[in-house]
Amino acid sequence: MIEFKRYLLDNGLTLIVHQDQSTPIVAVNVLYKVGARDEHPDKTGFAHLFEHLMFGGSENIPKYDEPLQKVGGENNAFTNNDYTNYYLTLPKQNIETAFWLESDRMLNLAFSPKSLDVQRNVVIEEFKQVFLNQPYGDAWLLLRPLAYKKHPYQWSTIGKEISHIENAKMEDVKSFYKKYYNPNNAILVVAGNVDPENIKKLADKWFGNIPSGEKFERDIISEPVQTEKRELSVKRKVPVNAIYKAFHMCKRLDKEYHATNLLSDILSNGESSRLYSKLVKEKKLFSELHAFISGDIDEGLFIITGKLMNGIDLKKAEQEIYVELEKLKTDIINGNELLKVKNKIESSLTFSEINILTKAMNLAYNEYLGDAHMINNEIDYYLKVTGEDIQKIAKKIFRPENESNLYYIAEQ
Amino acid sequence: MIDRTVQPKLEAIKSLDYTHPVETKLKNGTPVYHINAGSQEVLKIEFIFKAGHYVQPKKLVSLLTNKMLSLGTASYSAYEIAEQIDTYGAYLDSHIDKDHASVSLYCLNKHLKKLLPVFHEIICKPRFSETEFKTLINKTKQEHSINLEKVKYLAREHFFTALYSTNHPYGLKLEFDDFDKISLEDISEFYQNYYSLINCKIIISGKFDPEINSLLDDYFNGTESFKTIPEKHFDLISPKEYKIKIKKEGALQSAIRIGKPLFKRNHPDYMQLSILNTVLGGYFGSRLMSNIREDKGYTYGIGSSIISYFHSSFFSISTEVGSEYTLAAIEEIYNELKRIREELISGSELHLVKNYLTGQIIRSLDGPFALSDRAKMIIKHGLPFDYFKKYVQEINSISPQKLIEMANTYLEKDMLIELIVGA
Repeated sequence: MIEFKRYLLDNGLTLIVHQDQSTPIVAVNVLYKVGARDEHPDKTGFAHLFEHLMFGGSENIPKYDEPLQKVGGENNAFTNNDYTNYYLTLPKQNIETAFWLESDRMLNLAFSPKSLDVQRNVVIEEFKQVFLNQPYGDAWLLLRPLAYKKHPYQWSTIGKEISHIENAKMEDVKSFYKKYYNPNNAILVVAGNVDPENIKKLADKWFGNIPSGEKFERDIISEPVQTEKRELSVKRKVPVNAIYKAFHMCKRLDKEYHATNLLSDILSNGESSRLYSKLVKEKKLFSELHAFISGDIDEGLFIITGKLMNGIDLKKAEQEIYVELEKLKTDIINGNELLKVKNKIESSLTFSEINILTKAMNLAYNEYLGDAHMINNEIDYYLKVTGEDIQKIAKKIFRPENESNLYYIAEQ
Repeated sequence: MIDRTVQPKLEAIKSLDYTHPVETKLKNGTPVYHINAGSQEVLKIEFIFKAGHYVQPKKLVSLLTNKMLSLGTASYSAYEIAEQIDTYGAYLDSHIDKDHASVSLYCLNKHLKKLLPVFHEIICKPRFSETEFKTLINKTKQEHSINLEKVKYLAREHFFTALYSTNHPYGLKLEFDDFDKISLEDISEFYQNYYSLINCKIIISGKFDPEINSLLDDYFNGTESFKTIPEKHFDLISPKEYKIKIKKEGALQSAIRIGKPLFKRNHPDYMQLSILNTVLGGYFGSRLMSNIREDKGYTYGIGSSIISYFHSSFFSISTEVGSEYTLAAIEEIYNELKRIREELISGSELHLVKNYLTGQIIRSLDGPFALSDRAKMIIKHGLPFDYFKKYVQEINSISPQKLIEMANTYLEKDMLIELIVGA
């Protein structure tokens, strides 16, 4: 049970404070409700590039990192399709520096041309390092546009292509900041050995006079229902063939979400899971095989991905995946297997409460989803899932016309 | 109105308070370190053996032995083990390095009693099945072939050879035919020699009943006779080649490593050199990051580190840069090394690094599993448990003069190995 206090500042900033007396560290998390799904199709990768620019100095603080390091702090950030998240940890004695830093970059950025020039380059190197210069590194760049034809999930957070990053202009930076980086579009979480009332005072002091931004309506094209199976084969200089399968699934807040997640666990969480024990260990078709869900806010993807053992026929191996999926559609899983995946969930939820920063991040994300309290009743939703629920999901999503397949063929 | 141009008053942290492990023993004499911390009802039990690369008779033996432990035991098949672990929501983790092998169980306290029988067999009664062994070899070989496509992996492997040579276990590099030279007998013999409870240390961390040893005593009570294995010894050999270029066709980025072998972890200069390393490349605001990423934009990241094994440590700068920036990046790295050898670090930069490092130490000791990792480091290198208190004292007292002296003693350009993997 994670207890917290929630406040709403006059300018629309949500503040959540969680007290944990066991740690000398304070975690501060600022979530902005903007991600790659909010980008224009011709200017992709922008939310993530912008995240880099948030470290390029703000109106009153030329360098973000230096003052934080000076008080023993450390920070980082990530961007995904749905949101952008900034987080830092520091010794609790110096908590006020975190308020000073985060409020100043919410108030106004420095918009330094040098920072834009350099960070464009840094992000292009990130693009190469993570997506282009690794075996199978471009899988998501290929799979997303196969599975999504309209919805902005069709591009990765890094962007569709390097030229989109090269072409980013300062005017784009400024208008993006003006639209999204406002107190009423942000959630501030503070977790550690802190007094909530004192944190509220600090928040009023540093964030209270930041003006609200204009309200906006999110206008995201929903993905039309897929009507036929899609396939893409690519030849690459990779050592072995690989399969990536994507099935459309529900939204994060849909009542079917928890059963869908358990379904992926039945297939692939742990070495006793079905895909691993049957197709990796017993039949030796794959060297690795995973099933997982993207868990996005809008309709997401249920992914199955595997690397084939040398000399195994790709279609034959794929057929064996279908056999496993078919079993989930025809038979209801037994009580022990269901209990097993529920125990795994219970355990991973408990383990996620050990680290103060993880707790701060999870509180912010749940509040973004609608209510930070969901962090504490998540387990109940999982415990309620029945074997019939899981069978229903399997029947619903494991259909050829709901499926997109990417095949990597190793060039000899 | 608040003045946003002024940083709030900061409080320097001069001392450190953290939970030391409590040293206990099982009835059979195996040392057990208890770290009772945190507020969640979870725990981790880690068994650490001196069964790493250093003592293996052939390449791959230490790795595969470690992995085989959970692939079948006297009374459980590999699948049954996995099923037990998964059913109780637990996790098994195995790890191998140059000197040590370890096996850890993570679980909720309420399931520990159910899990001990199977965890005991993993440690004490592995079955070493031929079928499992073949599958494991093939999987490992395939993972190796995928790794060979990564410039970062190639740089890492070749750098070890450059540092220590192939005549020392730290410098051995995996080749494809190594997979054909190893048999199940090698594994079984290695296990017999190096996985005795006498050759083992246990760390328990989490929030647990301090009487937990009595539970372990029911299982880990082996009084079996064991052979004393003679300590192996290999002389460290000085590097022979200082400029190495490895060709990787079609690479969009080059992986760069620049560094050299150093002393053992307990050397008196270790802490001071470590502080210098932080200035150079040990944090986001470091000289290397500020110049090569934040000013020039040649890379997504660059850093330097000192990595320690039992018999030696090494210093290494590492990065991946766009192929077209390879030479420019290397030039800037040498410029930063020259600057750190020739110019005294300013008071404000040193002040920042001191506070940053102290904060890092506090973070690295936060929570039961973080404490367990730190304790493992201490135990592996035979350091005192108040090591981090001493480190904070050293950080507080170090001077710019001392740092420049360290730079000139250890970071001379012509003593550094330079390795590039790229197109």
